[in-house]
Amino acid sequence: MTTPTSRYPGLNLGKGHAEADNACEELVFGFWVFMMSDLILFGLLFGIYVTMLGATAGGPGPHELFEMKSAFIETMLLLTSSFTFGMASLALKYRHDKGRLVAWLVVTLLLGLAFIALELHDFSSMASKGGVPSRSGFLSAFFGLVPLHGLHVTVACLWLVALLAQIAIYGLDKGVKTGLIRLGILWHFLDIVWIGIFSLVYLGGLT
Amino acid sequence: MDVSELTPVKAQRRSFREARIGKLVCISALLLATSVIAGCTNDHISFLNPQGPIAEAQRNHYWIIVAVVMIVVLPVIILTPVIVWRYRYGGNATYRPKWSFSWTIDILIWGIPFVIVAVLSFFLWSATTALDPYKPLSSTKQPLRVQVVGMDWKWLFIYPDQGIATVNRLVFPANRPVAFELTSATVMQSFFIPALGSQIDAMNRMVTRLHLIADKPGSFQGKNMQYNGKGFYKQRFTALAVNDDAFNAFVKSAREVGRPLNQKQYEVLARPSTGDEAAKALGASWVGGAIRFSQVPNGLFSTIAQGPSIDWDALDNASSVNRNASASAMRNEHAMAARDNDKVPARNGEIAQ
Amino acid sequence: MSHFLDMLFGRLGWDALPFWTMLQDHSTLSIINGVIATAAASMVVIGALVTFGLITWFGKWRLLWSDWLTSVDHKKIGIMFIVISVVMLARAVIEASFMRAQQAVGLDGGFLTVDHFGQFFTTHGTIMVFFMAMPFLTGLINYVMPLQIGARDLSFPVMNSISLGLTAAGAAIVMISLMFAPFSTGGWSGYPPFTELAYSPDAGVDYWIWAVTLSTLSSTLSGINFAVTIYKKRSPGMHLFRMPLFCWVSLCTAILMIFGMPPLTVATALLALDRYLDFHFFTTDLGGNMMNYVNLFWAFGHPEVYILILPAFGTFSEVFSTFSGKRLYGYNTLVIATMAIAVLSFTVWLHHFFTMGQSAHVNAAFGIATMLIGIPTGVKVYDWMLTMYRGRIRMSVPLVYALGFIVLFVLGGLTGIVLANPSVDYQVHNSLFLVAHFHNMLIPGTLFGMLAGTNFWFPKAFGFRLDERWGYRAAYSWIIGFMLAFFPLYALGLLGMPRRTVTFFEPAYLPWTIAAGCGVIFILFGGFSLCVQLWRSIRERHLNRVPVGDPWDGRSLEWSISAPPPEYNYPVIPQIYSRDAFMREKDEGTPYQRPDRYQDIEMPANSAMGVVIAATGFLMAFGLTWYMWWLVIASGVVALVAIILRGFVRNTSRIISAREVQETHERWLDIVNHTPGVSRAQEQTTANRGRALPPINGASQ
Repeated sequence: MTTPTSRYPGLNLGKGHAEADNACEELVFGFWVFMMSDLILFGLLFGIYVTMLGATAGGPGPHELFEMKSAFIETMLLLTSSFTFGMASLALKYRHDKGRLVAWLVVTLLLGLAFIALELHDFSSMASKGGVPSRSGFLSAFFGLVPLHGLHVTVACLWLVALLAQIAIYGLDKGVKTGLIRLGILWHFLDIVWIGIFSLVYLGGLT
Repeated sequence: MDVSELTPVKAQRRSFREARIGKLVCISALLLATSVIAGCTNDHISFLNPQGPIAEAQRNHYWIIVAVVMIVVLPVIILTPVIVWRYRYGGNATYRPKWSFSWTIDILIWGIPFVIVAVLSFFLWSATTALDPYKPLSSTKQPLRVQVVGMDWKWLFIYPDQGIATVNRLVFPANRPVAFELTSATVMQSFFIPALGSQIDAMNRMVTRLHLIADKPGSFQGKNMQYNGKGFYKQRFTALAVNDDAFNAFVKSAREVGRPLNQKQYEVLARPSTGDEAAKALGASWVGGAIRFSQVPNGLFSTIAQGPSIDWDALDNASSVNRNASASAMRNEHAMAARDNDKVPARNGEIAQ
Repeated sequence: MSHFLDMLFGRLGWDALPFWTMLQDHSTLSIINGVIATAAASMVVIGALVTFGLITWFGKWRLLWSDWLTSVDHKKIGIMFIVISVVMLARAVIEASFMRAQQAVGLDGGFLTVDHFGQFFTTHGTIMVFFMAMPFLTGLINYVMPLQIGARDLSFPVMNSISLGLTAAGAAIVMISLMFAPFSTGGWSGYPPFTELAYSPDAGVDYWIWAVTLSTLSSTLSGINFAVTIYKKRSPGMHLFRMPLFCWVSLCTAILMIFGMPPLTVATALLALDRYLDFHFFTTDLGGNMMNYVNLFWAFGHPEVYILILPAFGTFSEVFSTFSGKRLYGYNTLVIATMAIAVLSFTVWLHHFFTMGQSAHVNAAFGIATMLIGIPTGVKVYDWMLTMYRGRIRMSVPLVYALGFIVLFVLGGLTGIVLANPSVDYQVHNSLFLVAHFHNMLIPGTLFGMLAGTNFWFPKAFGFRLDERWGYRAAYSWIIGFMLAFFPLYALGLLGMPRRTVTFFEPAYLPWTIAAGCGVIFILFGGFSLCVQLWRSIRERHLNRVPVGDPWDGRSLEWSISAPPPEYNYPVIPQIYSRDAFMREKDEGTPYQRPDRYQDIEMPANSAMGVVIAATGFLMAFGLTWYMWWLVIASGVVALVAIILRGFVRNTSRIISAREVQETHERWLDIVNHTPGVSRAQEQTTANRGRALPPINGASQ
């Protein structure tokens, strides 16, 4: 029995999507490389955050500002959205029809938007307690790291909307498929970064 | 295809070019030699004419490195023109267009630099640890404590044990170690007395350390090496090593002639200005390029090191804070002395006092 | 109304004009500096007007748009990158000349104000690194690498165009800062807290932040593009160890770009947050820690200098082997050395701030790591000498640069080892010794490499050779000029003179600063010679045409096609059987074969994305600098919409018919067959039409 070899890392569309599969080889590889550079960005911000944990300058710290409940809900929203995106990817690969794919994508989008909304709400409640970046180095580091992730999620949601529009106009053509595969990589990447944020910033801060 | 194809003009041009390369090599070697030897004719502005054991050790180390690295550099400078001449297109030397590897040669060209780097690493490690600015100097005499505050664009020298301070004039006894603690009241600066030893950065809200000693009495130039704005080029000072009597006289004169360094004086001093401009603003004398202060509040240095805003009331009331800390030569360096007592690990894991 | 104007112009006011200070302050010094600044700004305006005027006069706008600005052809983009860098080189050399002149006459005074001098050294460094060297090497790799691996273009042609647009926008920002001054005085490294609002409140540092951000984004994208191309687009049979060495260095450079640029993006972004939104990453109060910036900057800065030098190493590898008529010595070793350098470059960044108070053991460890990098570099130098050994060396212009490089670069390496020792570095850090060292690496290294590469590959790109006489003059002037201008700086550094100092008070420095000033004259003549060389070459191009495309008896694939190459590079993607693929064909007597079959070729279609990103990038940066928020938002929205709309484009390629390919190729093969080959002795004569004679007689092997 022969196991099919991967042409590119991540979910491979396989022979059933010959044209898109060919195009993906280069595009997806390139996108992974781009993700690597993005990972360096986040890694550096994590490093900065750790070195500035103590720089609260007499202002509020993690215990005063972080709420485990909302952080946990945000984590669940993102994890679930990764799951739903995975379902969308499977629908794309195996079903060759738009219905399920679009449904899963819309659910993913809603979860992503809910994440952003909740995060914004969190930031504003932090601000009302004096947790603003201009207060201290620690808060600057927090607001450098976490909103950068939020910004990435926003961009991913925008991209998702654009892809939904492209599906409406072009159907499931090569451009849409390669776009979805790459967006999937971004989506899961952001999920992993969030796990890091949740563990290091929220769990780490509140213990 | 060979020389016969070349017109006389071309052949001549070709050899002329080769000779020019040779000439250039000679010029470059000469220029470099001149450059490095240059320092021998100067008065106490450079470590090539060292006035203390640290600077002397640095100079010796410098020449050792140059000599050792020449082992790999000289063959390049000498052999390149030789190769170019011998294997020139118009010549008759062996021609092996497909020869592109030899194990023996590769082992040599990897191995010899490796050995050289290993030797240099040994020197590097021992010199770096021996000449660590933070390392107290061994001596029978107790080190003189000087606290240095880098400002825009002058240096404030506080003598905590004598209770005096000066701007832009560092007087200290010859043959006795000086233990510096440094901070900046503004941006990053670099404190440097080339004839005596290393430079060290001075940064806001951090304390760095330096240890220097002068062999004999003399006058040495000091400066800032890290650009910090308009007055950077004027941020120089004189370091004077004097005998013990002269040093006591200096302290005495500062107490008599100088003015107390209080909040009002400090606030004028802290304004962006060079030394002479600050003297004018203070209405103080600028004799010998220095301002003298007869009195300094206890703990002023560590308060400056904690942040840009100084609590003068606390200073007036506080008793000696750091008097004992460094006299026992602990490694307190790089403590971020944050106001809210956050304990940030200092160098080598020791907690800052 | 005034509120509306405030909003429209942000904090841009009359005082931003370069002659404003001069009008307020009538002292001699102020007037001299005002005249200099105004003259510089006028050059920008005149330059722009002349360029626009000439294009309009000759009616070339349509051509410019369709053939160049919207082209995604790697060859065109490479050339445009190099054009940018040459223009910026001119400006930065002039700035250096001013600084040298100031220091030559500057004992106790001089003619430049402190502020002006501060801007000079900042723009000089920023331009040379980000807008001269980076575009130059990016352009060179862009042009040459795909040809050498047998590809038709990069993996992501539109992204390539966007990279170009971002760099162009950054360069434009630096140029427009001459008209709306001031620029930063914080040096090319921009250390806070000096560059924080508290100490540098004006627009200068903001100009610097956004110019550098545009450049780093451009380079990150280029790095991704190069790496993916080398991994995915090599022609069949072109195993990694059969690639020309230039492609290996391109790969390592690309990897360095991908991982080395983000730290600077982060550093400048955090500094921007501090300045714009009152964050406290690096401020003096409320918990800022400027040491984080220093670490971030040099985590970028060290890989950056290897990005700058590796392409030069690659170029010299090609030059040494081609002009010695010999295989490159130690190919495998050179590959390993290149990779070692790339990896090690991430482990040494601390040597840029030994004096910041780390413990002796930390300093020593990084010092040893720094010396370790010297080993593969030294091996490379010996490998190049061994490439010449037992060769038949031809003193062409590229080889003159290469020889100047070899001798001067090792001296720079020596001073690098000196600096790698912390205890000695404590004496010469931030002095002119340091300045001399890195110029010693960058000028004989990077600049000579780029100039050698230009002379080497120009005939391929444009179809005619460059004038050799002025090429030699330029090379020798640069070599002599460099030595005279920079070796005295070693002496000055050992004598304790700091860098970035507008004037000095020690008479002992004066002879050296004067000598250095004289060196600049030679360098300026070198620059002048380059201009004359280009002018004469264009004028005499009919005499020096090399249509067959192999003027130097080259060894790698790019020499096997016409000069200039067709848009699609290769009519048929070649099959590779060994290293030095084209030389192998010539050795076996089978170059210039006629293909059996031609096929339709799919090439990427033109795209205006590069232009759009350039324009919006420039406007956003300008708006951010001058607090013109409406401009930032408007151009940001346009950029975002353009990127999203690009996703909807489906017509991303055009077809070149097999018939057209066949016609073009066979017309060229005709020329080839009617062109006699020339021996290397006639390489620099008009008899050289780009075809080489078979290998030299009497060669043993």
